[in-house]
Amino acid sequence: MDHQHTGLIEKDAHGNVLTDFEFEKEDRNIMLAFIGFAFVSVFLGAVAGFLQMMQRAGWITLPHWLTYYQLLTFHGVALALVFTTFFIMAFLYSGVTKTLGGSMPKITRTLSWIAFFMMAIGTLIAIFLILTNDATVLYTFYTPMRANGWFYVGLALLIVGSWIISIGIIIAYARWRKKNRGKPSPLFAYMTIATIILWLHASLAVAVSVVVLIIPWAFDLVPRINVSLTRTLFWYFGHALVYFWLLPAYIYWYVNIPQIIGGKIFSNSLPRLTFILLILFSVPVGLHHQLMEPGLHSFFKFLQVILTMAVVVPTLITAFSIIATFELAGRSKGGKGLFGWVKKLPWKDARFFAAFMGMLLFIPGGAGGVINTSYQLNQMVHNTWWVTGHFHLTFASSVVLTFFAISYWLVPVLTKRTFTRTMNRLAILQTILWTVGMILLGGVMHFAGLKGAPRRTAYSTYGEHELGITWMSYNQVIAIGAVILFVAILLMLYIWINLLFVTPKMEKTLEYPIGVVNEKANEPPRILERWSVWIGVSIALSVIAYTIPIYQLIVNQDPGSLPFRSW
Amino acid sequence: MFDMPKFEKIWLSIGVGSLILFLLISGVLGVAMGLNPPDGLENTIEPEQVEAAPPFNELGVKQIGDNEYEVNVLSFIFGFDPKEIVVPQGATVHFKMTSKDVVHGFHIPGTPVNLMLTPGHITEYTHTFNEPGEYLIVCHEYCGIGHEQMYAKFVVE
Repeated sequence: MDHQHTGLIEKDAHGNVLTDFEFEKEDRNIMLAFIGFAFVSVFLGAVAGFLQMMQRAGWITLPHWLTYYQLLTFHGVALALVFTTFFIMAFLYSGVTKTLGGSMPKITRTLSWIAFFMMAIGTLIAIFLILTNDATVLYTFYTPMRANGWFYVGLALLIVGSWIISIGIIIAYARWRKKNRGKPSPLFAYMTIATIILWLHASLAVAVSVVVLIIPWAFDLVPRINVSLTRTLFWYFGHALVYFWLLPAYIYWYVNIPQIIGGKIFSNSLPRLTFILLILFSVPVGLHHQLMEPGLHSFFKFLQVILTMAVVVPTLITAFSIIATFELAGRSKGGKGLFGWVKKLPWKDARFFAAFMGMLLFIPGGAGGVINTSYQLNQMVHNTWWVTGHFHLTFASSVVLTFFAISYWLVPVLTKRTFTRTMNRLAILQTILWTVGMILLGGVMHFAGLKGAPRRTAYSTYGEHELGITWMSYNQVIAIGAVILFVAILLMLYIWINLLFVTPKMEKTLEYPIGVVNEKANEPPRILERWSVWIGVSIALSVIAYTIPIYQLIVNQDPGSLPFRSW
Repeated sequence: MFDMPKFEKIWLSIGVGSLILFLLISGVLGVAMGLNPPDGLENTIEPEQVEAAPPFNELGVKQIGDNEYEVNVLSFIFGFDPKEIVVPQGATVHFKMTSKDVVHGFHIPGTPVNLMLTPGHITEYTHTFNEPGEYLIVCHEYCGIGHEQMYAKFVVE
């Protein structure tokens, strides 16, 4: 390490920066509860994914009491809904606490515990019914397949719980704003509020679908359900859901990583603009998941394709800002020439390396996404394994590797333990295994999808059809990826157990990295802090994009569907 | 105001420019050449009785013009009716499909025929089959425990 740079910085025996800041015990316990729940979910969900792939490749036969589709439902619920929501809430809570004065108000803590228990109980109900084979409807729970009614109640508890902790965080933010009139909000808090606004807006639609349409039907209070309407409300939520996973990863890239690599936040305005654009273009875009289905007019499908593509703008701003931050940091450490700065980045620091590999895989992942949402090209890939490959590169690689990177410092900060050199080396190895595994799994899924292999399907050679046999050879390569990922998740679990219970306790706490804004950056424009304006624009765009399609689904004499249990 | 350096403006202009071009191409294909994804704004009667009324009281291939056919398909747990569809090379096929129970998919890999079949709705799509061969039809939307056994044959002679 370069000694000049670390002059006054205090470090422990493992090279971790130490600071005087520590969270209060009450806040630490809340965050640890959420993170612990997230870790168990991601581990069990990954094991389910591994077993699925072994079955689909024809390498194992599942026992009669466990089906492929139960595993698939578990995999989706545990990873897409539970792991993400719990981990994200803990991360947002931590950063808001850190940047808005160091501790949360009592009301926020109370709301957070209420939220935790609601979300945990809801999850346990849903998981129990998946295990008893009473809710084998996948995490998208498309009607008219009907799970046990309590499954939907469990999901509703999970969503409503997440609103309650969100409200707790908003209260803390509102109090800070009142005390600091005229000051721009710290970047982390600003981005958190943006993420929460997106989440509340989008999840309201799925909550309406679950509570108003599905639950009464699931408990036989009404006989029939409007299938297209529930699908449309699900996707009103469903695409914003993926941005809800991505935005916290962006927060880490924009706000925390500059500090880790010894750089500065490039601009104080562009990151805020990025988040505003992501709020606006997250909801009125869901129809691009429904391009192939009837009941929705082509005009609105195309309109929403345009709005979806607008996400290119904040994505390109982010790519530029992040690389610029890296370059400035590398040059400040003496990197010369066109690419000399690359060598100066801390490649041996897992907190950076894991997130960086995530960013790298976001490039092919994002390019594939443009294909998915292309009005005509979607016909070649819709519901094939291409789509599954897409979100295993974007979500399961970019976002999840970033969340792993966050855990390498956030857990030690919360447990007041150190991140040992051994753990750092294991974390680097974990990143490499995860990256290789996901390239094999997600990458090859894309090629299998181009050959037409369907997603969400158990082992089948389609009556020994030539195409079915070709697909099976792809499946076996994908399954090798799954084996590597299984080893990687075991290693991840080992690292987490160490950071939670084993590595040495410290007197002082490891640094919570929050980047400093580059001194040449201007103050952010005031309009970006006017939340009411952006909430208004976001709702207006959604009204334009969705009013007529939803109105048509309601008035168009839909005969409605009776429930089915087809598993 | 946003501290946007010159290079970033160039970068964004290239990105936004290619995006607009891309959307224009897609829009022209859709509006001027009629290349829209499957559609269908018509509803059916109650899904479980759908075979009692047109168009699903007559399933299969019906010639309606010079090498032009209407093909009505009904999907159900876990199959398609008819199980095998045969059309001559170069046939223009107007598909009309629905489901009588849960949501199913109808995909002919290697062609743009990639449809969602929602109960209560009629999915419509037209395609001309120029390449002869024996194609697979797969249900690509999870529909229950026998989903992976839900397939059929499409033959272009």
